[in-house]
Amino acid sequence: MSEIFFYALSAIAIACSLLMLFQRNAMYSVLYLLVCFFAVAGLYIMLNAQFLAVVHIIVYAGAIMVLFLYVLMFLNLNTPAAFTKTNFLRMAAIMTGGSLFLLLFASFYKSELVEMPMPVTNTTGDVQTLGKVLFNEFLIPFELTSVLFLSAMVGVIIMNKKDKANG
Amino acid sequence: MSQNTLNIITLLIPALPLLGFFIHIFFKNKISEKLAGIHASMWVALSFVLSLVLFNQLQSVEVIHVQLCNWFSVGGLTIPFAFQIDHLSIVMMMVITGVGSLIHVYSIGYMHGDEGFNRFFSYLNLFIFFMLTLVMANNYILMFVGWEGVGLCSYLLIGFWYKNQEYNKAANKAFIMNRIGDLAMLFGLFLLFQYAGTLTFDGVNESVSRIVPDENMLTAITILLFIGACGKSAQLPLYTWLPDAMAGPTPVSALIHAATMVTAGIYMIVRSNLLFSLAPFTLEIIMVVGIVTAIFAGSIALKQNDIKKVLAYSTVSQLGLMFFAIGVGAYEAAMFHLITHAFFKALLFLSAGSVIHGLGGEQDIRKMGGLDKRMKITHWVFGFGVLAIMAVPPFSGFFSKDSILIAAYHISPVLWVIGLFAGLLTAYYMMRVYAVVFRGDERMSAEVSKHIHESPRVITTPLIVLTVLAIFGGLLNIPHLFGGNKMMMHYLSPVVPMDEKHMAMNTEIMLMIIASVAIFLTIYFAHLKYKIKKTVPEADAQITGFGKVLNHKYYIDELYNAIVVKPLNMFGNFLYKIIDLQVIDGFVNGTARFSAYCSSQLKNIQTGAVSFYLFAMALGMVGILLLIILM
Amino acid sequence: MDNTGALSEQMRAIPLENFIMLSLILFSIGVMGILMRRNLIVVFLSIELMLNSINLMAAAFSSYHNDPQGQAFVFFIMVVAAAEVAVGLAMLVMIYRNTKSIDINSLDKLKW
Repeated sequence: MSEIFFYALSAIAIACSLLMLFQRNAMYSVLYLLVCFFAVAGLYIMLNAQFLAVVHIIVYAGAIMVLFLYVLMFLNLNTPAAFTKTNFLRMAAIMTGGSLFLLLFASFYKSELVEMPMPVTNTTGDVQTLGKVLFNEFLIPFELTSVLFLSAMVGVIIMNKKDKANG
Repeated sequence: MSQNTLNIITLLIPALPLLGFFIHIFFKNKISEKLAGIHASMWVALSFVLSLVLFNQLQSVEVIHVQLCNWFSVGGLTIPFAFQIDHLSIVMMMVITGVGSLIHVYSIGYMHGDEGFNRFFSYLNLFIFFMLTLVMANNYILMFVGWEGVGLCSYLLIGFWYKNQEYNKAANKAFIMNRIGDLAMLFGLFLLFQYAGTLTFDGVNESVSRIVPDENMLTAITILLFIGACGKSAQLPLYTWLPDAMAGPTPVSALIHAATMVTAGIYMIVRSNLLFSLAPFTLEIIMVVGIVTAIFAGSIALKQNDIKKVLAYSTVSQLGLMFFAIGVGAYEAAMFHLITHAFFKALLFLSAGSVIHGLGGEQDIRKMGGLDKRMKITHWVFGFGVLAIMAVPPFSGFFSKDSILIAAYHISPVLWVIGLFAGLLTAYYMMRVYAVVFRGDERMSAEVSKHIHESPRVITTPLIVLTVLAIFGGLLNIPHLFGGNKMMMHYLSPVVPMDEKHMAMNTEIMLMIIASVAIFLTIYFAHLKYKIKKTVPEADAQITGFGKVLNHKYYIDELYNAIVVKPLNMFGNFLYKIIDLQVIDGFVNGTARFSAYCSSQLKNIQTGAVSFYLFAMALGMVGILLLIILM
Repeated sequence: MDNTGALSEQMRAIPLENFIMLSLILFSIGVMGILMRRNLIVVFLSIELMLNSINLMAAAFSSYHNDPQGQAFVFFIMVVAAAEVAVGLAMLVMIYRNTKSIDINSLDKLKW
């Protein structure tokens, strides 16, 4: 039963990402990726990473993709632009990606992964467990992320201020 | 006198001329001419006085050793900065500083008005310093320092009037020929160190008497040292620089190329007499080279028309006689002749300088004549000098040359005859010069004739002093025959072993008489030709036959030019045009061009397009992963 | 909470390798996207896809090894991705303002 779910969700994810690549319209690409993210969120749920799945949807689908759409519509960029470079370069890109995949696959294949099924009582993914880890071992990085966001915000604002001289 | 005072005096003797040199460096042309000349001469005169003091002290002490410091110590070789004053070196020191100070005084008058006046005296002082180092050193290496130093000063002084390119070439020639000899000498010193294990004179002498002599090694060492002496003392085949060195001012010719530098070779060999005595083959070679040079140079002098060139070839010839004396084993005879030669040759050169000065620069004897009435003092001093060099009794030259001939007779009467022949040549060409320059009709231009004047006292006074020395110098070493007791030979005996061969009184007197008669006959013939018949040497275009060969110095210079100079120039040219310009520059420039080419190709990576950079990144990632997987 | 046991039992059928494969495929697709497209937006999206694939792999490992640290790491990756998107899009807006195009090669003055 869960296998069906798994294969379906992964098929959706892969298909959507491929579709995202080959769209002329940027808006369609964003939407396809959105669907892909939902599929990944589903996979998270299958892994019993509940908190992560929800946060994934909120942050990625709800914030980041929306941000993309904002920028697209704000700048009126949804006119279909020229697709890509020459065919040769397209081939080269595909081959590079493909070779990278082959390499990673080869290294993965050679590695000796211990047969490990999922444990029965899997409590990772619970909010409590995750919270405990975050606030005990990863406390400082956790606090630093707030600083990170602050600096990102400040940077964005400063970047886009209109220069007084240029106007 | 305490050892300390002796040390100080010994160190002062070379230090004072060096001080004179440094004063020039710091004050250059800010001192007036008169001051420069006086202070330079003063230092040398002071050195002379101090040498006399040491000479006095040496009556009681046998040797004075003064060590300044240890110069370097490498492997088994220890070379100190140390001076050794023994009987041999004190004799040389007195000659150097004595004749040197007279020449300094003379130069004050001779170089008057020259724009390089101060520089001249600084070079002279530097030369005296190096020459003193040479004779005062207690080891071969310090002596070699002095050896090179006098070569340097010779170069500086020959090319003193550096604006003339010919003079510069002459200076180059002198220096380069000296270097050839120096190279041989260095090899000899290397071998000597390997043989004896030390290079101090005392050490070498001691080890030579201790070790069983290896004749081949000693022969090699001594031959190499002799070649060095040939370069410095202008023997065949390294003599051609000396006549060309007459390009320098006359005091230079007198000091360096008559009295002191050229005698350095003789000094070195006499100092190493122990080595040479153990290598009889080398002594034979020295003897042959010496006498051949003497006759060769003497014959060239017969047909030279420049007064200084005649004297130059005469110097070469007399040096040949000194080497001849060494070759027959009479070291102290060679030293004796060295001293008397210093006196009368310096005298001859300086009076020739006086003539040149009086005639406003004329040096060709065909344009002189009748100067006996116009320049009286110069005429008298030159005359005495000529009498001395011709070995007319009882002047100094007679005693010194005679001691050489007698020693040669001990080896073989044939050698005596050959030596006498060299002496006859000397008599002939000196008489020729005297008669043509000072007697006969005046042949100079009217312009010059108006300005002839006797030289000032600052020039003539040293000449007179030297004349006295030339006349009475023979008193140094009068043989037993005349009641003397061979003072100098006895004096030098601690350093040079005495070799008093006894000869029957009758033989000795007979030989002397034959020699003197032969010389008088030669003088008479020359007198006949040049004074009575008033023959004047022909103009250059009219010389014919063997005389032409002699006038052109046997074409030796041309020979050297063709054999040595031209091939070297061609070789140098080849190295320059092909190897330096094409190969090395090509290689270096090619490397630069290659790297520039590589970078010009590599710069195309910077396309500015981000997509290309991303591509490169991805490819790099793939590459690294590949490497990691494959390793 | 009760269902976790049932879920885990069912999940035992899916080996870890599957998740890793999926992650690798998504990552390679992301790389292809970067190299292939000229539209800046799509490039950013491909970068997000790559980050997501890594997130997935980390979460999978953490679940299968029962170690919550993997998921905490995913958390932080998400944080960084969010900040990066914000800054990146701001830059995109600036580029558009200056060159009126969002071609990835529009700014190419910094070449030799």
